[in-house]
Amino acid sequence: MAESVISVRGLRKSYGDVEAVRGVDLSVCRGEVFAFLGPNGAGKTTTVEILEGYRGRDGGEVEVLGEDPGRAGREWRRRIGIVLQTCMLEPYLTVRESLALFAGYYPSPRPVEEVIEAIGLGGKEDERAGRLSGGQQRRLDVGMALVGDPDLLFLDEPTTGFDPSARRRAWKVIAGLRDLGKTVFLTTHYMDEAQRLADRVAIIADGAIVARGTPADLGNRGGATATISYRLDGEQVEVETSDPVKALNELTAWALRSGAQLEGLEVTRPSLEDVYLGLTQSQ
Amino acid sequence: MLVLHQLRYDQKVFWRNPAAVFFTVAFPVILLLIFATVFGDQTIDVGGGVDTTTYYVPAIITLAVVSATMQTLSMSIVISREEGRLKRGRGTPMPAWIFVAGRIGNSIVVALLMLVVVAALGRLLYGVEIPWGRAPDLLVVLVVGAAAFCCLGIALTAAIPSKEAAAPVVNALLLPLYFLSGVFIPEDELPAGVIDFANHFPVRPFFEAFFDAYVHTGGTALAWDHLAVVAAWGAAGLLLAVRYFRWIPRGG
Repeated sequence: MAESVISVRGLRKSYGDVEAVRGVDLSVCRGEVFAFLGPNGAGKTTTVEILEGYRGRDGGEVEVLGEDPGRAGREWRRRIGIVLQTCMLEPYLTVRESLALFAGYYPSPRPVEEVIEAIGLGGKEDERAGRLSGGQQRRLDVGMALVGDPDLLFLDEPTTGFDPSARRRAWKVIAGLRDLGKTVFLTTHYMDEAQRLADRVAIIADGAIVARGTPADLGNRGGATATISYRLDGEQVEVETSDPVKALNELTAWALRSGAQLEGLEVTRPSLEDVYLGLTQSQ
Repeated sequence: MLVLHQLRYDQKVFWRNPAAVFFTVAFPVILLLIFATVFGDQTIDVGGGVDTTTYYVPAIITLAVVSATMQTLSMSIVISREEGRLKRGRGTPMPAWIFVAGRIGNSIVVALLMLVVVAALGRLLYGVEIPWGRAPDLLVVLVVGAAAFCCLGIALTAAIPSKEAAAPVVNALLLPLYFLSGVFIPEDELPAGVIDFANHFPVRPFFEAFFDAYVHTGGTALAWDHLAVVAAWGAAGLLLAVRYFRWIPRGG
């Protein structure tokens, strides 16, 4: 197992009588993109803000880059980059100025021009942040988290409310962070975002982790039953099987022998979306 | 120097914000021109009688200094806080005091600029003498006043819940004080009880100390008693600011 950048055991946090986070365990390794997935109100932002050092916790052990975020100081902050869920950039500063302002807070920042390139805002350097589109502002926000050259970036719902093309551009920027060797902790409530970007995923619902793994085998999707469906004589037939190869072989052999037409034949496994909805709704 | 780095960008933001520039820089100048025109060549019964313009130049500088410090600080900090920028800044290695120092530095730059502009306009347009000989006294009054009103402005942010409330709250506090303190209406037109009342709040003592130093109507140039009231308000503001200042927006 690679070096652990974030390690959380038994994390708990309540607001009054409401238990927002109920015993969460997490582990994130150096260089991976980790997606923390869940519906609104599941405890994602509470968890990520505890990891960022903004909120205290009621119980559990938390280590981020080897320190307790609740007690970590400026040295530690130099090594993390934060994109908050809601933050308006300074509207009167340009793209270049916004990045230069933040670069000044760090001992060895990345060159501003390089960051502008990385966030795909070349040609917009002298545009004021207030005049950028929502997607461009969010990418500048990511750039301001990146300019200090941190080891670890927190991105809290970076694409919520974006149109499809803005999301794709933001994904490209986030995928580029991995190529820079950064560890990324990403919260999202979009399944496809986690699938597209993450090496590993944990799903939180109602304050507890309900599933974790790679996007491919999350919720034991690989081993789950497959559904073979087709139409025979106008009748829709669905067969659930744990061994689709054998079942298909028998089915098609029979069809060839008897001359039956299997219209619209397909084999489906539950999509990640189905797994996610199943897990988060059963709570 | 990180403070200068921060101040440089705070200055850019200030001068690019049309509302801030209008109310802090243009508005005091417009008021000076209006008051000088409307009240014309009257004599105001203060310290043996002074020209209207001699009265209004220090009055408008008082207004401009309070506006550049208390008003500008409280409004800009509340807006940055509620839009999440203070919280975001706390997530960087920048020390908290750099942020506060940058904003205070911005206010002081603007306050000094307004002192120069209004004093120069008073001299050029109305022949109001610039009291070069009392520059040290003026500086003391300005330092005490600016420090006090900066502390009050920062303290006030804790009492302002949203960015929409920032301008109404600040104006509701300051506009009556300007009127009651003789900044807008010459004090010989105000009933005696009004000035007595206003003496308990910071604007009037600051105005009086500054007026004495600027116009030098006799007596000791430095009105320590008035400055003590201003400083006491500043100290109270500082305590409240240290105790109640928030970096995090409402509900987040």
